[in-house]
Amino acid sequence: MRRDLVLRVIGKLLIPFILIFALYVQFHGDFGPGGGFQAGVIIAAALVFYSLIFGIDATRKMVPDKLVETMVAGGVLIYACVGLAGLLLGGNFLDYFVLHRDPVLGQLRGIFWVEAGVAITVSGVMLKIFYLFATRGTDPE
Amino acid sequence: MVGNPGEFAIETLIINVLLVLMAAAVVVLARTRNLFAVIVLSSIYSFLMATVLVAFDAVDVAMTEAAVGAGISTILLLGALHLCKSEETQAARRPWLPLAVSATTGGLLVFGTLGLPAFSDPAAPIHTHVAPRYLQEALRETGVPNVVTAVLASYRGYDTLGEITVVFTAGIGVIALLRRRRNSNPEQKK
Repeated sequence: MRRDLVLRVIGKLLIPFILIFALYVQFHGDFGPGGGFQAGVIIAAALVFYSLIFGIDATRKMVPDKLVETMVAGGVLIYACVGLAGLLLGGNFLDYFVLHRDPVLGQLRGIFWVEAGVAITVSGVMLKIFYLFATRGTDPE
Repeated sequence: MVGNPGEFAIETLIINVLLVLMAAAVVVLARTRNLFAVIVLSSIYSFLMATVLVAFDAVDVAMTEAAVGAGISTILLLGALHLCKSEETQAARRPWLPLAVSATTGGLLVFGTLGLPAFSDPAAPIHTHVAPRYLQEALRETGVPNVVTAVLASYRGYDTLGEITVVFTAGIGVIALLRRRRNSNPEQKK
């Protein structure tokens, strides 16, 4: 599909907006539908779309395997660290009230980082599985 | 958000049409031998499901269904199809036992739904336990207007940590299965 002009143009036009929409879903999840899981999946879908048009190698140059594998574990670590931060600040595990002097702001801070962790792990796992499937049997290496 | 009876009738009609289309997709899916057609049909099925979920006002789930079910898993299946033949082989024997197992399980599940409270019954136990407290206190306690996010990330933070660990474990499992071993037996590689 690399020489398909229509797809290339439409892809270049759409992918930035898909990524921005993912960020909107992520950060507007407090007010509207959405959240970390949806945002992570949309980011992964945008990158899969990119690699369908421009080739898997271009995507792997832009988002290398190392980064994706770090994301897979990093998101869970961020989530667990939010829980541990609650413990260290004198609350229970995953207690957000102690993360800030104002308990409501503490909640917002906890939810922000937890959602960030979810988005990172979900997009990492989706991309990694896609990379593994897409490069199997084609990559000479 | 249903306002008047007319709107309700239209919504019911839309949902029923979508469900009939989904049933048709499943019947064709089961009868098709060409795996490419099967993948496209399952993608269509997921898109229909996502539309039904939008009609149910479950936009979060619809987004996930559209992106994962219709988008990424279709691509993954196409990637897998690239590695094998595109025609499903005939089963060696008539699959009576699997059919009986599926029919029994399906029948039991349908039987189980008979014991559930009616759809969107306000007196159902799920709506009288902790849900009213979440709906009333979530904004004051967490400062997040979207109760779904408040429940997922804060009240049920443990469950979400478990879920994300499941996603992580699934990813690690696929990596362990499919990652090529770089150093072992380089000459045996195809």
